[in-house]
Amino acid sequence: MKWESLIGGMSPARLKRTVLLGMKSLWMHKLRSLLTAMGIVFGVASVIAMLAIGEGASHEAQEQIKSLGSQNIILQSIKPTDNANAGKQERSFVLEYGLTFRDIDQIRATVPGVSVVVPGRKLQDFVWRISRNVDSIVMGTVPWYPEMRNRRLLKGRFFTDVEMRSRSNVCVLNTDLAAKLFPLSESLGEEVRLQSGYYTVVGVIESRQSDAGSGGSSGGKADEGGATMEMLLPLTTLLERFGEVLVKFRSGSFEAEKVELHEVTVKIDDPNKVVAASEAIKHLLSRNHQNVDYRMVVPLELLRQAARTKQIFNIVLGSIAAISLLVGGIGIMNIMLATVTERTREIGIRRALGAKQRDIVLQFLIETVLLSGAGGVLGVALGLLVPLVITHFADMLTIVRLWSPALAFTISVLTGVVFGIYPAMRAASMSPVDALRHE
Amino acid sequence: MSDAVDPIIELKGVEKHYQMGSFIVKALRAVSLKIFPGNYISILGPSGGGKSTMLNILGCLDQPTLGEYLLEGKDVSRLDDDDLSQVRGKRLGFIFQSYNLIQQLSVVENIEVPLYYQGVSADESRERAVKLAEQVGLGGRLDHRPTELSGGQQQRVAIARALANDPAVILADEATGNLDSKSGGDILRIFDELNDEGKTLILITHDEAMADRTSRTIRLRDGQVEFDSMFGGKQETQALEDE
Ligand SMILES: Nc1ncnc2c1ncn2[C@@H]1O[C@H](COP(=O)(O)OP(=O)(O)OP(=O)(O)O)[C@@H](O)[C@H]1O
Ligand SMILES: [Mg+2]
Repeated sequence: MKWESLIGGMSPARLKRTVLLGMKSLWMHKLRSLLTAMGIVFGVASVIAMLAIGEGASHEAQEQIKSLGSQNIILQSIKPTDNANAGKQERSFVLEYGLTFRDIDQIRATVPGVSVVVPGRKLQDFVWRISRNVDSIVMGTVPWYPEMRNRRLLKGRFFTDVEMRSRSNVCVLNTDLAAKLFPLSESLGEEVRLQSGYYTVVGVIESRQSDAGSGGSSGGKADEGGATMEMLLPLTTLLERFGEVLVKFRSGSFEAEKVELHEVTVKIDDPNKVVAASEAIKHLLSRNHQNVDYRMVVPLELLRQAARTKQIFNIVLGSIAAISLLVGGIGIMNIMLATVTERTREIGIRRALGAKQRDIVLQFLIETVLLSGAGGVLGVALGLLVPLVITHFADMLTIVRLWSPALAFTISVLTGVVFGIYPAMRAASMSPVDALRHE
Repeated sequence: MSDAVDPIIELKGVEKHYQMGSFIVKALRAVSLKIFPGNYISILGPSGGGKSTMLNILGCLDQPTLGEYLLEGKDVSRLDDDDLSQVRGKRLGFIFQSYNLIQQLSVVENIEVPLYYQGVSADESRERAVKLAEQVGLGGRLDHRPTELSGGQQQRVAIARALANDPAVILADEATGNLDSKSGGDILRIFDELNDEGKTLILITHDEAMADRTSRTIRLRDGQVEFDSMFGGKQETQALEDE
C-alpha cells in the first residue's frame, strides 16, 4: 500500500465528503458512538482536571515557601525529644534548650557570605496605654531587622545599636497596634506599658500583609479583625525584663523553659551558596548541641523539594493519563474491529465499485479520529468545568495552563489514529470477493 | 462476429484453483473465451459449475490462478491492487443478486459511490446520479433509504450505480434471482434497452428462458465451457485456440 499517498491524493473537497460520510456512519449508531467516546472523554477530562489541581497546589506551596525568602535559612528552637531528660522526671525543673547567642556569633564569624542574622524572641501579652490594652505579640529583635525583612518604617526610627547595647526601654509599634493604642493622638515619644515596665515609642513600622512571613512559629492573630498587633523591642531589653525563663502551667504541675533564641534568620548574600552555607551551619550547630533542640528550614531546599514533588506528581499523573487513554483507545479499537466485521459487506461493495485499499483505510481511520476527536472535545469541556467546580466548592486553587487542554486533545486524536490503524488496515486488506461473500 | 473487431474481453487458458485442505478444487479449467463489444451474454450451467468464479475473475474481483485475462487489450491478470481497483471502478459495472446497496446512504448517494472513487466533483456526481436514477424510473425516490424500497426498486438503484462511470462491460450475477417475475421482468427490460444502446452485458442466470432473450449463451459445467452459442454448439477449448 502506498502510505505516503494516503492523504496526499485527497483533495480538500473529497476529504470533507469522507468526513461527512464518517459522521453519517457514526450517527447511525449514536449510542454506541457515544459510549465508545466516553473512554476518551473521561481520560482527557481527568488529565486536565488533575493537572489543574496539581498546578494549583504546587503554586500555593511555592508561594508560601518563596515568602520565607529563598536566600534565607531559618533556624528555630524546638523542644528536644524526651530521651535525653528521661532520667530527670522531677515535679518541676527548668528545661534549658534551643539556640543560643553563642551559635549566632559563631555563624557570623565562620560562615562566609552571611550578611545578617536576625535573632528574634517572641511572647504574647497585653500592651497598655493608660486604660487601653491590646493583646499583642511582643518581639525582641536586632536593629537591622527592618532592612532584612524588608519592612518599611512609616514614622520615627528603629532602635539603634546603642539602645540595643544599653538595654533601653524603647519600642517600635506596627501601624495596627499604634492605631489601637493611639486612635486620636500621635504615638511617637509617648509611653506604653508592658507588665510593670514603661517603653517610649520611637517609631511606627508597616504592618505585615500576611502572617506567612513569620514562619508560622506563633499564631499572632491577637485581634478580632485578623490584624497582627506587634510591638518590637531591642532583644537585650526583652531578655532583661522578662528573663530567659518562660513559665507555663500545664496539667497541675508547671514547667519552666529557658530559651535564649526562638528564631534566627540567616540571610546568605549569594543565592548559589545557600546550600553550602546550610551545610556549614548544620555542622556548626551539631557540634554545639548534643540534643537536636533546633530545627533548620531552608526555603530554597523546600522549593527544590516542591519541584521534585511536582515532578513525581506529574509522572504519576502521566501514568494515570496514559492508562486511561490506553483503556479508552482499546475501547475504540474493540468497537472499530466489531464495526469492520459488521461492515465487511459494505467494504466489499466499495471495493467492487472502485475503492482502493487506502480509500478504505482512510474511511475507517477518519471514523475513529472523529470518534476520539469528539471525545476529546467533550473531555476538554468537562476537564475545564471540573476545576471550576472544585475551586468553587472546595475552595482549592486550581490553575489550568493553556497547553494542558491542547495536549490532552492532541493525545486523544493520536489515540484515535494509533488504535484505529489496525482495524482500518484489517478492513482494507480483505479480498473483495471474500468481503462480498460475507454472510 | 468478424475478426476485424477486437474482443473487449479475452480469456486465455484461465484456471482458478482453490486449496481445500489436502486437495485442490479446480473451479475453472482451461477456460478460453472472447467477448466482443455489444455482446449480450447469458451464462448458464449447473450449480457449482464455476459461473460465479468466472464472473468474479471477469470483474477483476479475483485473480486467475493460471492463464491470461485481457480486458480491452490490456493484461489485467498481473495488475496490482490499486490498478485493479481503478479498472473495477472505471471499466466495469456490477449488479448482484442481493442488490448490495449501502444501507446508510440514500438512493442518489448509492449511485454516487463509484463516481466518488473516481474523484468526480460533488456537483457533477450529484447531477449524473439524479439523471441515472430518473433513467431507471426512481426520479421520485432520490432521498429514500434502501430499506424503504422494494427489491425491484433496489435492483434498479444497483443498475443505475453500475452505469455511473459508463463502464465497458456490465456484469450481473443472478440479478433477478431474488425478485418476483414482474419486477424481474422490469429488470430484464432495462438490460435489453442497455444492450440496444450498445452496452456489453454478461448475465449469470438459472432461467433457461434467458437463452432466447440474449444473443449469446455460454454453458459452464465442472469449470469448463461446455457450450458457446457463438460457435453453434459444443465447443472444445481446442477450437478457440486454433482460431
Ligand atoms: N472461496 C472458495 N473456496 C473454495 N472453493 C470455492 C470457493 N469459491 C468457489 N468454490 C468452489 O468452486 C466451484 C465453483 O463455484 P461457483 O460459485 O463458481 O459456482 P456457481 O456456478 O456460481 O454455482 P451457483 O449456481 O450455485 O451459484 C464450486 O465447487 C465451489 O465449491
Ligand atoms: Mg454463483
